[in-house]
Amino acid sequence: MQISGSDPSARLAAVRKSYGKVAALDGVDLDVRPGELLALLGPNGAGKSTAVGLLLGLAEPDGGEASLFGESPHSLDARRRVGVMLQSAGMPDTLKVGELLAQTRSYYPNPLDVDECAATAGIADLLARRYGKLSGGQQRRVQFALAICGRPKLLFLDEPTVGLDIEARQSMWSTMRSLVAGGCAILLTTHYLEEAEALADRVAVLARGRIVAEGSVRQIRARVAQRRIRCVSDIPLETIGAWPDVRSICRDGDRFEIVTDSAETVVRQLLRDDARLSELEVQRAGLAEAFVEITQEAA
Amino acid sequence: MNAIAQALPRVSLPRIYALESKHEFLRLLRAPAFAVPTLMFPPMFYLLFAVLFAGNRGDYHANVYLLATYGVFGVMAPGLFGFGVSVALDRERGWLKLKSAQPMPPGAYLASKLAMAMLFAAIIFTLLAVLATTIGGVRLPAASWATLLAVEIFGVLPFCAIGLSIGTTVNGQAAPAVINLIYLPMSFLSGLWMPLSILPAAVHGIAPLWPAYHLGQLALAAVGQGTEGSALQHVVALLGVTVAFLFFARRRLARNA
Repeated sequence: MQISGSDPSARLAAVRKSYGKVAALDGVDLDVRPGELLALLGPNGAGKSTAVGLLLGLAEPDGGEASLFGESPHSLDARRRVGVMLQSAGMPDTLKVGELLAQTRSYYPNPLDVDECAATAGIADLLARRYGKLSGGQQRRVQFALAICGRPKLLFLDEPTVGLDIEARQSMWSTMRSLVAGGCAILLTTHYLEEAEALADRVAVLARGRIVAEGSVRQIRARVAQRRIRCVSDIPLETIGAWPDVRSICRDGDRFEIVTDSAETVVRQLLRDDARLSELEVQRAGLAEAFVEITQEAA
Repeated sequence: MNAIAQALPRVSLPRIYALESKHEFLRLLRAPAFAVPTLMFPPMFYLLFAVLFAGNRGDYHANVYLLATYGVFGVMAPGLFGFGVSVALDRERGWLKLKSAQPMPPGAYLASKLAMAMLFAAIIFTLLAVLATTIGGVRLPAASWATLLAVEIFGVLPFCAIGLSIGTTVNGQAAPAVINLIYLPMSFLSGLWMPLSILPAAVHGIAPLWPAYHLGQLALAAVGQGTEGSALQHVVALLGVTVAFLFFARRRLARNA
């Protein structure tokens, strides 16, 4: 791997975990390193929550090993360097935000100052409010504050931006970026692929309990060589469809939509054969398309 | 630089336990569905049945007898409901899971709920003691008061264990109903509302099955009312109930994790 010498903050090594007869994880290796954001993607039921649960010591692997900073996830010492935001964490409705924050801060040896933490998470005006009176987005921000209040070296964020408006999401993204820049490792699970695309240094795709793809966003996207060409042309559809590099072609209104592995070759030929060609667009597959293709291959 | 700045920052366990307990107490105190019946019913019943409609017969003095037994009735609630409903909700809503993932010292979760239950028990004892000594006309030696307080505070333990078992078994919606089905009949059948001697013989006969009966007998002994069995028997029965339900709850919690 490219960054040798930095020990992983979190590691799953050959981990297997079954619930009854269903194999939730079937031999998974995963490292999260300091100063990187790893996005763990996968369809529902792929094993993401199981992987996170094992790393947090909420469950035991049937085989292999889960570790935090080289220690057992049960070690309090290791967990004091970890911040957590789970997908659902209904806190007591009658407690005030400031009380929840004080409680979580007390678990950590060197927590952030209350005001600094509240300002970073955007909850400064909520400290005196009861948790149960907050909107979904506000509750999410409180949960984020609890995750970052201990100055974590490793942060688990499970679907952190669900229910947030655009402004709150942008601000959470920028906090994540500055934490990573400060050397924090982040394991992010998300359904928003644009979130992974915007933030992730590395992406791992989990499907049916296995890691089916891993690499930078660019590498993952490159797994899907296809590009999509759209244009308005007078060349008959059947003619283009017969060209060797064209995978498929269809008509979308007045345009053609051509799927190809070699966009340059096809575009060159289009321009040569049709001087009046217009509205030309070439698109590389995004992370979303790559994700769909990778997980379909795995199924 | 001074010495404090150079010392490695550390977490303070007493501070964690204190904060956790305070918040557990506040959380329930601010929930009217819990706090109102828990704090109001025992004094209200005492006022009605020990002061306004008191029926004294022979050795039985309603003002003294019901001070002991409504106290027991009162301190069962924070154990049963405080543990039962809050653990069920914490499990259901993911709060327990988050706390298990956070670096919370193991034990702080249950210790804080126990502290909450004992604090509620002390408040209920105080409310009843004030009523009893003022309009109830009860006079007891200081040692009796101290024993009664100790019985009521430590008496929450078996009911915390039962509440915990219920909380690890049913969901937050069902918990209050299940607990009421246990709490109210058991209080009646244990002689907490009226003396067992005036209840049918069959009810009296099966009373030793209920933990509330044993705690009731200890409380009655503390205030010098007639009791059955020895104090040791009652303490052993209550400890047995506590251990059995803790064992059950531990297995449930381990399986859920």
